[in-house]
Amino acid sequence: MVVFSGTQLTCIRGERLVFEDLGFSVEEGAALYLTGANGSGKSSLLRVMAALQRPAAGELCWNEADVWDDIPAHHDRTRYVGHADGVKPVLSIGENLAFWAAISATRPEPAGHGVQTALSRVGLGELSDMPARFLSAGQRRRLNLARLLASPARLWLLDEPAAGLDEESAAVLESMIASHLARGGMAVVATHDAVPAGARRLELP
Amino acid sequence: MHRFANPTRFVRLAGRVQPWAAAVALGCLGVGLYFALFSSPPDYQQGETVRIMYVHVPAAWMAMFCYVVMAAASASSLIWRHRVADLAAKATAPVGAAFTLLALVTGSLWGKPMWGTWWVWDARLTSVLILFFLYLGYIALQNAFEDPARGARAAAILAVVGVINVPIIKFSVDWWNTLHQPASLTRMD
Amino acid sequence: MRGFTHTLRRELRLALRQGGDSLLVVMFFVLVVVLFPLGVGPEPGILSRIGAGIIWVSALLAAMLSMDRLYQSDFEDGSLELLVLSPTPLEIIVLAKAAAHWLTTGLPLIAASPLLGLLLNLEAEGIAVMLASLALGTPALSLVGAIGAALVLGARRGGVLISLLILPLFIPILIFGVGAVDAALLELTYRPQLMVLGALLLLAAALSPWAAAAAVRQAVA
Repeated sequence: MVVFSGTQLTCIRGERLVFEDLGFSVEEGAALYLTGANGSGKSSLLRVMAALQRPAAGELCWNEADVWDDIPAHHDRTRYVGHADGVKPVLSIGENLAFWAAISATRPEPAGHGVQTALSRVGLGELSDMPARFLSAGQRRRLNLARLLASPARLWLLDEPAAGLDEESAAVLESMIASHLARGGMAVVATHDAVPAGARRLELP
Repeated sequence: MHRFANPTRFVRLAGRVQPWAAAVALGCLGVGLYFALFSSPPDYQQGETVRIMYVHVPAAWMAMFCYVVMAAASASSLIWRHRVADLAAKATAPVGAAFTLLALVTGSLWGKPMWGTWWVWDARLTSVLILFFLYLGYIALQNAFEDPARGARAAAILAVVGVINVPIIKFSVDWWNTLHQPASLTRMD
Repeated sequence: MRGFTHTLRRELRLALRQGGDSLLVVMFFVLVVVLFPLGVGPEPGILSRIGAGIIWVSALLAAMLSMDRLYQSDFEDGSLELLVLSPTPLEIIVLAKAAAHWLTTGLPLIAASPLLGLLLNLEAEGIAVMLASLALGTPALSLVGAIGAALVLGARRGGVLISLLILPLFIPILIFGVGAVDAALLELTYRPQLMVLGALLLLAAALSPWAAAAAVRQAVA
């Protein structure tokens, strides 16, 4: 059983204490929802989980092993979706996604196939050749979420992934997360929306 | 030693030692200046201007020494992420920059009677001038961010990159100077 | 290695589609060089004496001016975080970015330099050696600049700051670049200077990706 956990985590940003003495754990096939007011540190916690930022104190573990001892392995098994979508307006939608899929894959794989499937799943399949500058904010977010499908990984870290999505796309996102968990994946989701019934939740003070 | 690496203990200790250290420094400075300016004979060639050397040479040494200290502190802050190392690097920079400026000004003052001009593109003076710019860049980078921690990290990387470059810069300036050395000028220092 | 080619291809595609950047850099380069005869007077003797220095200093400024764009748009749109988080080593990505910077600015500068050499009355031998020295020196500029560009991400007045950080580090490249051309014009051997430039390039290629990657990591943390 794979476990991703943190103990006594403390985060300081710009001399300000964001949170301290925080613990969590997520197992295979489970999701953890982070809730709390704006500024409570949900995004900071996700950045700590992604090993983008080192916690000021505390430990981050994958199966009892310290994540910071092997950062490449952690990046290999983690996909992070933050507030910024990282979409290049002058590249086509397909090129945008293909690049992220290519540099996220540690093993060679049949090119292009996964990209098209992922785009279709988020409803951008027809638009693959269109320059990304024509996308709306919600469509850019969908393109960003398609990365999760184009280059699969165990752990998803999603920072308010439904922000800017219409109802239909929000439902697609929910089913993406559900099938990811069903395949034994794990997810940590920061959200302001209602947390699905029965899901574990961590309320940040 | 590790006992003193604790930041709060270090700051408390530093606060207590500071007045004594300042007193010793002032005392040494007074004695040194007395010997340099009054109690030593004028040089048989350079005359009274040799006294500038007693300030110039140590200032130039300190200019380089401070940069090395700064880079060593920066490297330990990058490797062990220690707050005290950050503080040390940050505190050393203005001191080093001041000594570099002092070395440049005294060098220029000494050059006027010796070389007949305020500034010559002598290899040492030029290297020290570049060192001064490295200090200024370091201090500017440190203060360029809203978040002081970010400034400290960026400046630490710059200091380490700089210290690798200092010998290369020195070597190339020496080479450049021997190539362009004007015939009228002999090395006097 | 695949990460390198993918990143390089993306950077080149971005540069080509956004267009204009390379052209602006070359125009800046040409304009600065043209300012010198206007500033120091048009005597061919003076110009051919200082021509190599003018071209090298202008190339330095042009390379530096285009440097702050290296990560800026990636930093603003969140791509830089994703690059840091990708399993491809950040050192490789940074190296690819520096390579793309050289291909889109260094190479056009080299292409424009013979014409400027002619305008400044450089002799043919001098122009040939200048091309060689620029070919060895400008990639090193891109590599060293990649460190500076990462350090100033998110800083106040980043554009001015970067010049203060990296121009002092460019000095050895300038000295040996100009030294090679001067030696050729005096009909002395210029091989040692070119070899030192080559050594500086190798040193920069070996060390600067580490420093630049560390700088990028601290910028997004």
